Amino acid sequence: MSSFKQHILFLCGVAVSILLSIMYSWVLRTLTPSFALNGNKPAVKHTAVSRRTALEFSQKVRVLCWVMTQPKHLKSRTQHIRATWGKRCNIVLYMSSEASDFPTVGLNVSEGRSQLYWKTIRAFQHIHTHHLDHADWFLKADDDTFVVLENLRYGLSKHNTEEPLYFGRRYTPFIAQGYMSGGAGYVLSKEALRRFVKGFADGLCTHNTETEDVGLGKCMETMKVQMGDSRDVLGRQTFHPYPPDYYLPRQTRRPRPWYLLYEHYQPVEGPGCCSDLAISFHYIDAVQMHTLEYYTYHLRPYGYKHRFQPDEHLNNRTNI
Amino acid sequence: MMSEGSSFMKGMILGGIFCLVISFFETFNSGTHSEGHKHLHHHLKPLSKDELQKLSESQMSDLPLQVRVYCLIMVTPKLLVHWATANDTWSKHCDKSVFYTSESSKALEAVDLQEQDEWARLRKAIKHAYENAGDLRWFFVARPTTFAIIENLKYLVLDKDPSQPFYIGHTEKSGELDYVEYDSGIVLSYESMRRLIEMFKDEDRCPERGHALWKTPEEKQLATCLQYSGVFAENGEDAQGKGLFNKKSVSSLISDSMGQNPADVVEACCPDMAITFAGMSPSQMQVLMYGVYRLRPYGHDFHDSLTFLPPKNSDND
Repeated sequence: MSSFKQHILFLCGVAVSILLSIMYSWVLRTLTPSFALNGNKPAVKHTAVSRRTALEFSQKVRVLCWVMTQPKHLKSRTQHIRATWGKRCNIVLYMSSEASDFPTVGLNVSEGRSQLYWKTIRAFQHIHTHHLDHADWFLKADDDTFVVLENLRYGLSKHNTEEPLYFGRRYTPFIAQGYMSGGAGYVLSKEALRRFVKGFADGLCTHNTETEDVGLGKCMETMKVQMGDSRDVLGRQTFHPYPPDYYLPRQTRRPRPWYLLYEHYQPVEGPGCCSDLAISFHYIDAVQMHTLEYYTYHLRPYGYKHRFQPDEHLNNRTNI
Repeated sequence: MMSEGSSFMKGMILGGIFCLVISFFETFNSGTHSEGHKHLHHHLKPLSKDELQKLSESQMSDLPLQVRVYCLIMVTPKLLVHWATANDTWSKHCDKSVFYTSESSKALEAVDLQEQDEWARLRKAIKHAYENAGDLRWFFVARPTTFAIIENLKYLVLDKDPSQPFYIGHTEKSGELDYVEYDSGIVLSYESMRRLIEMFKDEDRCPERGHALWKTPEEKQLATCLQYSGVFAENGEDAQGKGLFNKKSVSSLISDSMGQNPADVVEACCPDMAITFAGMSPSQMQVLMYGVYRLRPYGHDFHDSLTFLPPKNSDND
């Protein structure tokens, strides 16, 4: 054989051998479970939390939430509710002018500020027809309201849903007994819901205004539903018609700013404004919604013993 | 035919030996290489829940006493509102917090260093803090535009020995230098402070005033001086590798997460036991104070292995 041919064969041998080695090590690497990506980290899971109390409450104090929304807002607002606090309601209904796969319930109304009270009336009538026995309390919220269901249940747990009661952020004007701010969210007992629907059925309540919270408040007064006091055991508010940065920063003593003009109870500015166990904030955009979710359910100081211990203040307040 | 085959076989054998030799050298090199990396890119994590539970009762009662933090907050009159906010919020959770200022302000108390140069000021503050540390062994340096959750800082360093050199925060790389970013806060152990102050005497490697035309940011000067004393930057992260020190605001991080992880915004965003955030307005910091120390859902208990009590004379936590 020529020496040239021998050399060629030799080189081929070398090449084949190298190729085989490369293929072998590649196969080995892909088949071997790799520690390289994330190290030996334990499975990602929320810190161990004793949810026993919260779970017990959710079965004993069933809340049906209905969110006032519209087709235009589903993507920009309502989906963030669905992703955060919506799932904590025993039942959550997204009320809109149109039914959809969101899912939304279609009410027999059109959209617009002038239709808001019609929406409220139709929403409560729908709930009365289809869900009266599915829940104990009935919450109305806007699609830019953030709600902490656990704190709502805690507050409601001391009350009897067969009594005609209505809780929220109490405002004074327009109606003798006052009314609850719509944006901050309000809650009706089962009896209050029955009376609202009966009021319209019997003609005692009518669509006499476009302002839904005032309208509902008037009907509540007519049907002799009692206003509740939703402040905590230290007198701090739980329902808030504006975001937290309106209330929390310290202020020098000053006359009431415009957003506190309607307040029934003497407003407090600074840290005393708001309960640790807050129930709602309003005018919350998408980023704020997730931010509040993070603050409420995730971010925490390790080992911190909270200054406010609600169960240590056992006294005879007849409100939330 | 035989001679052809044998040539080919010889080639195969030589190729095979060649590959074996190469792979042998590779593992040898990557071994030492990765050790070098480990030294420079340390990731520092807190004790896991299991590890915490294994500690004895006497160890558990000792820990909160041992992990005590001296906060150095570097202020200027220009940052007066943030200064007041830091004073009214997170700094109350330090075991000792001292504000160090470039010039005094009638409104708020501080140690007046009478120094306009930021690096020189930082050096003076560090020396002052070390001399006045008492029995505090951990030091946290931040500007008032940062918000820190000191309990989570303590949790991170719970099992670390402050007589060892630690320099922790959010780490970045600048050429060959790993440094901790100032905006997200800098953690130093007692030993690091000691070595640093020793190194301050070295005017060549750790000058007080630079001679270059441009100014190197203090965070890099600090890292350089520390590196010369054998102290290296470590990135503080949780068990999942999420950074605990942030130079962005909460809403900025949430907003980023909404873009990147729309299905899981909060879970993917920020750790439960985050230590710092920055770039927030004073009112946002007040809301964060409420969000961290007060706002919570009734009935969620955590059974943490340690207890930290709320500070005296405070009403917003």
